[in-house]
Amino acid sequence: MKARSISLGLLALLAVGAALPAQAADAAYTLVISGHRFEPRELTVPAGQRVKLIIDNRDASAEEFESHDLRREKIIPGNTKATVWVGPLPAGEYRFFGEFHGDTAQGKLIAK
Amino acid sequence: MLGSALIVFREVLEAALIVAIVMGATRGVAGRGRWVAGGIAGGVLGAVIVAVFAGSISDAVEGRGQELLNASILLAAVAMLAWHNIWMSAHGRALATQMKKVGHDVSAGARPLSALALVTLFAVLREGSETVLFLYSLAASGSQGPALATGALLGLAAGAALGVFLYRGLLAIPIGHFFTFTGWLVLLLAAGLAANAAGYLNQAGLVPALSQQLWDSSGLLNQQSLPGTLLHILVGYNDRPMGIQLLFYVITLIVIWGLMYLVGRSHGRPATA
Repeated sequence: MKARSISLGLLALLAVGAALPAQAADAAYTLVISGHRFEPRELTVPAGQRVKLIIDNRDASAEEFESHDLRREKIIPGNTKATVWVGPLPAGEYRFFGEFHGDTAQGKLIAK
Repeated sequence: MLGSALIVFREVLEAALIVAIVMGATRGVAGRGRWVAGGIAGGVLGAVIVAVFAGSISDAVEGRGQELLNASILLAAVAMLAWHNIWMSAHGRALATQMKKVGHDVSAGARPLSALALVTLFAVLREGSETVLFLYSLAASGSQGPALATGALLGLAAGAALGVFLYRGLLAIPIGHFFTFTGWLVLLLAAGLAANAAGYLNQAGLVPALSQQLWDSSGLLNQQSLPGTLLHILVGYNDRPMGIQLLFYVITLIVIWGLMYLVGRSHGRPATA
């Protein structure tokens, strides 16, 4: 039992170790939130690889970046930046929105 | 106003349904009201603290702090629910028999109340911190105070009403089957929370997705609809799950059920669920 949990722990560490350097090499894309809108509203990213999204919330208020298509949800406090990793994505369109201001904060990611 | 009511409703709903299940599962325990109320109060306090420190939490652990906090809270809740069910598989039948005999609730002594109070606290903490941030965000961007407060209260009342509705429904179950039913409910709730945790761990880059989308049943039952949301909270329904989420769900079911079975058998009778 103990040996198994130790080997599971080692396995988890290995998985983390393997994941980290791969992320560092990927390109980053920035989405700005300003006036409760995303800029750009449509962002094109490469399909088939992990993509780093930097979400720069320039509003004073917090926003929750949410996407059912991308299966991501992250709260971004006012005047801060947050990183969200997505993919590798099959080519296609992925809608995202700001849950706290869903009437204006809408956009989509296009993976090509 | 309606917009803010709807968002507060969605956030409150999950916590309210979990509190209802906890109230059901602790039926017959003296002093449970105090424990559950304490859990709710602790959760509200924690929610405000988490909301205030949202910025530093988000920046922690190379920007993965928020995901890791969410996953940890969810997995801690899973552990507490598992502990409760395993305890009940040893003592639940005797409890139900006793309650049937005396015809009313009985003080059953050492039930794992602290575990379920923590489950309540975690649920209120997680959903509450988002609610606090949302309301603060609206207030900061110049929404009108009275309309905002009305909306928030409407959402809170509607969410709480559904929780009460679920609890009343649970009480309608005959006492002989009651703990079997709540046992299954707790088991499925735990599996669903584990699947949610898997989503956060994947977002933090700590576990692979295994498959980005196993299936898409959003046409059949959209997870954003009210029935879809209720099923998502109660049994972990997901209209477009990742592979890792199904794996966490199934492993949690098997592990908890297996332990319940073993503990129930060692007490000389089959497991209660």
